[in-house]
Amino acid sequence: MSTSINDLEKSVNSALTTAIKTSKINFNQLFLEIDFENLYSTILYLKTNNKCKFRQLVDITAVDYPHKEKRFNIVYFLLSHENNSRVVINVNINEKTTVPSIIKIYPSANWMEREVFDMYGIVFKDHPNLKRILTDYDFQGHPLRKDFPLTGHTEVRYSENKKKVINEPVKLEQAYRNFDFDSPWEGTKYINEEVQKKKDKEKEK
Amino acid sequence: MVKQSKTINLNFGPQHPAAHGVLRLILELDGEIVEKIDPHIGLLHRGTEKLIENKTYTQALPYFDRLDYVAPMNQEHAFALAIEKLLNIEVPIRGQYIRVLFCEIGRILSHLLNITTQALDVGALTPSLWGFEERETLMTFYERVSGSRLHANYFRPGGVHRDLPRGLSDDIFEFCNNFPKIIDDLETLLTDNRIFKQRNVDIGVVSKQEALDYSFSGVMIRGSGIPWDLRKSQPYECYKDFNFKIPIGKNGDCYDRYLCRIEEMRESIKIMKDCIKKMPSGPVKSIDGKITPPKKKDLKDSMEALIHHFKLFTEGFRVPEGEIYTAVEAPKGEFGVYLISDGSNKPYKCKIRAPGFSHLQSMDYLLKGHMLADVPAVLGSLDIVFGEVDR
Repeated sequence: MSTSINDLEKSVNSALTTAIKTSKINFNQLFLEIDFENLYSTILYLKTNNKCKFRQLVDITAVDYPHKEKRFNIVYFLLSHENNSRVVINVNINEKTTVPSIIKIYPSANWMEREVFDMYGIVFKDHPNLKRILTDYDFQGHPLRKDFPLTGHTEVRYSENKKKVINEPVKLEQAYRNFDFDSPWEGTKYINEEVQKKKDKEKEK
Repeated sequence: MVKQSKTINLNFGPQHPAAHGVLRLILELDGEIVEKIDPHIGLLHRGTEKLIENKTYTQALPYFDRLDYVAPMNQEHAFALAIEKLLNIEVPIRGQYIRVLFCEIGRILSHLLNITTQALDVGALTPSLWGFEERETLMTFYERVSGSRLHANYFRPGGVHRDLPRGLSDDIFEFCNNFPKIIDDLETLLTDNRIFKQRNVDIGVVSKQEALDYSFSGVMIRGSGIPWDLRKSQPYECYKDFNFKIPIGKNGDCYDRYLCRIEEMRESIKIMKDCIKKMPSGPVKSIDGKITPPKKKDLKDSMEALIHHFKLFTEGFRVPEGEIYTAVEAPKGEFGVYLISDGSNKPYKCKIRAPGFSHLQSMDYLLKGHMLADVPAVLGSLDIVFGEVDR
């Protein structure tokens, strides 16, 4: 018997109670937000429990919110073939938190965690081979962080003098054009701020 | 005397014709037996996800053609579906049918390339010559509908870019009538071929459990006997309207996966024929002027259309806040897009889940104990395209 997504939400919530911060169903998928401490046990539960049967890890990724106190969200996507359901697990963590690796639960987490490490610099505990995966061999920085510039810091070229490929700082002839698309009908941000300041001053008077 | 075993390290790639792109493998060999494989990927990394975060939704779409460049429209499909769900808009039924038609063309494109190049890897040259001729025909269909053979940029949020040009559906239908004969010809070359079987049967065996553990999808999981196809199990678009079968394998080896792909091409032909027969008339894209651009004709005499056109191609449209994961059954497996919108005209985050990434990671375990010559055979049957693995 397969469980419907609503039943699934109920059973997961009643079994894990305090471990789950929020749960909601969007587009027929279960979105869970859990505490960092319960990460490993929750995923293990979702895989092994007879009602859930999330036997496959689809992907792991992270999202960067530089203005938040806890900067990163790690996102796990699980799939259950038996129940034909998907769950998305969100975990909010600090920049310096080491996350437990889930390779023991899902062997395929290996490269996915390496990718998250490469792109965001999030460190995984007990990972057998936590190296960069997608970027170049001597790459510096973590490209998918919001404070990493789109152009990167260095560019590669072949140096005729040194007879080898070298890295040097990026030189751009023209800056990347980033337009302000705030609707002019509501006033662009800086004008709004000016107006607000003027109003505040008038009030003070 | 104690026999001393000594392993040799061999560097395979990044430029190797059997590596299907830019893959570097560090092989640890004991004689000709593979002991360990360490794949080095990322040589084609272009930072697609970073670029998408800095582009409007309309501008981000063409990047999806450049992922799995063998079946470009299937990728666009996942992205378009994600946006449509967040925007909560409906695609007109004709638009849906056209999408299905071209997704199946993409599937045939991809499987043809895979089957024939895998045959090439194990020593048969003719299939690739025959197969590529058909691929060329299919790519002209792409060209006629979108203007380019590969990087189509044809599926747009809300529908497809424009209607089929006159006569195209007849030509596709004629192709569908002739193509099964080509599959038969390919099969006479390969299916019972002694050498092809020796190189593929019982090579790279994947059990059901392993297919789950290693996040396999698509043909890789069906070859091992798990009947899982997103077109059937989580139907998107109008796949519900079509009758087709899901071929599954028994042994989970390279040969079964080859057979699955052959059968899938036949099923795709069935869907395409059905699709053309049932093709309804009507608009091909959403009539919501805030999402899809107006017709060129309307720009001449409608001020509103002109404004919409200008706004859509400068600012783009805004997508309401939210997060969503959508997956489609791309030829290579489950292709997913995880999209987070912050309410602006650019995605806040767009994670691309490429099937090839998790398939390639299993190389080490799949090939342990196999011979060196089996490496290209298994690599071929994994169906790797580096555009999507490296992103």
